[in-house]
Amino acid sequence: MWNSIEAAPREELEGLQSKRLKEMVERVYHLVPFYKKKFDELGISPQDIRGVEDLKRLPFTTKQDLRDHYPFSLFAAPMDQIVRIHSSSGTTGKPTVVGYTQRDMDTWTEVMARTYKMANVGPGDIVHNAYGYGLFTGGLGFHYGAERVGASVVPSSGGFTKRQLLLMKDFGATILCCTPSFALHLAEVAKDEGYDLKNDFKLRAGFFGAEPASEGLRAAIRDEWGIDYHEAYGLSEIIGPGVAASCKYGRLHINEDHFIPEIIDPDSGEVLPPGEEGELVFTTITKQGLPIVRYRTKDITTLHREPCKCGRTLVVMETVKGRSDDMLIVNGVNVFPSQVEHVLTKVEGITPNYVIVVDKKGVLDKLEVWVEVDEKTFAGGIGALEELKTKLQNEMLNELYINAKVKLVEPKTLERSMGKAQRIIDKRPDAK
Amino acid sequence: MRSKYGVKQISVFLENRKGRLLEVTEALTEANINIRALAMAESAEFGILRLVVDNPEKAKNALSKSGFTVNEQDVFAVEVEDRPGSFNEVVKVLAGEDINIDYTYAFVGDSKRAVLIFRVADDVLERALKALDEKGIKLVEPIFFYS
Repeated sequence: MWNSIEAAPREELEGLQSKRLKEMVERVYHLVPFYKKKFDELGISPQDIRGVEDLKRLPFTTKQDLRDHYPFSLFAAPMDQIVRIHSSSGTTGKPTVVGYTQRDMDTWTEVMARTYKMANVGPGDIVHNAYGYGLFTGGLGFHYGAERVGASVVPSSGGFTKRQLLLMKDFGATILCCTPSFALHLAEVAKDEGYDLKNDFKLRAGFFGAEPASEGLRAAIRDEWGIDYHEAYGLSEIIGPGVAASCKYGRLHINEDHFIPEIIDPDSGEVLPPGEEGELVFTTITKQGLPIVRYRTKDITTLHREPCKCGRTLVVMETVKGRSDDMLIVNGVNVFPSQVEHVLTKVEGITPNYVIVVDKKGVLDKLEVWVEVDEKTFAGGIGALEELKTKLQNEMLNELYINAKVKLVEPKTLERSMGKAQRIIDKRPDAK
Repeated sequence: MRSKYGVKQISVFLENRKGRLLEVTEALTEANINIRALAMAESAEFGILRLVVDNPEKAKNALSKSGFTVNEQDVFAVEVEDRPGSFNEVVKVLAGEDINIDYTYAFVGDSKRAVLIFRVADDVLERALKALDEKGIKLVEPIFFYS
């Protein structure tokens, strides 16, 4: 464990949260006009917030709020104290911009060091960091954390798959950091290039995040590379990677001495008790550059407060099931891409790559799932392929109650992502 | 007998879209591969192209390099007289041995001979070859195709 706070008694942790929350509320009320206005409208003054139990009285912050205050209007520190700026790509609208003071950078590095400690990464480890370096927080977040724990970090960033494999092998990388889809892509290319994944490489663990991954996809990465899978959860609005990381028991611990999580009903906004599924909301209680009150992540998950075998007392979140805005409603049935992926990974004969295409046929929604045929499968001939197709369609009908049409496509033709995988193509006229 | 008479067949999975077959034939032409026999199985959305070529290794590499996923199986070939009933004789032997034929395709060699290619499950291949040999049916060695 990197910091003893990770295993502190709950009362101590909650005391710290309350103290930090009160300070944070004072700061945003006085320094950010947006929050002063919101608090005033709700008739709340900073003194009304006496501790974490009052968190639910505070207003939410949404991605739209960040966009509306593009670029710097939500910053709570003057620009001469901002030492780093990151930004989203802005492909779905105005980019969201985040700023860090030096203390924020220290906090970020600290939570990333905790992340690495989940796999006992330290001096002597070679960290191959294939998260993108640049405006995206992934690359630099994983970089600074690796340096902090004393590992040697290889800042390879994304792309150039073959060269990356060469460096991983020659440098003897022990830790891999990248998106799950890229980890699988690396394994595929490595096999094509004639590498023996388990003997040519010294990898022992990896930190995978920035996009959802089903248990099937995780298992594929674990098996192909023969490594421990650690999940890294984060979002730039909160700090970047480092918000939560999974321990050796696979439980995703939230660094709640810096980021207080809540689960709410996405429709009513009501806080739900532990163990219930809903939308994850974060309040940053130590950030100076861009403190955020009750940020709606749109990620759907569940929190658990039972203690973990690893010794940490930090709250555990389940792997994100999907995003409330990723949820497809197909002829009235709710479907998360992760559920489709889960069904696909249970059936042999296909690769874990897929694309979901939704379209209208008359008044009805029509769902197509494109999957890549496994190299071995088509040796069996047309009959075996038709059988596979029928099996996949039946599984989806039985498990997800959706009538999907499966389309088998050639191996290695669906797009591999270097960053976040694009899994859904919604062609319906009223789609977002 | 399998090592003596097993013929390497290459399968290519193809989505049913315009120009895809051309890309296969272009790749093979560029690599100077001669196709000795071929068959195409198709469904509404995809097909499988099966090829027996003069240099299976080279063909596989050329196709992989062009982005196709290829697969290799053992098939076997027999030579029969080009007359009514000769195909029937071969099928009869296999049926008599209770061997299921996955698929078969044929081509006419010269004016008197035809060559039949058969695919059976790997675990009955040896038995099929033995039965045909015992009944005096002429098995074709792979050297006939490769060269």
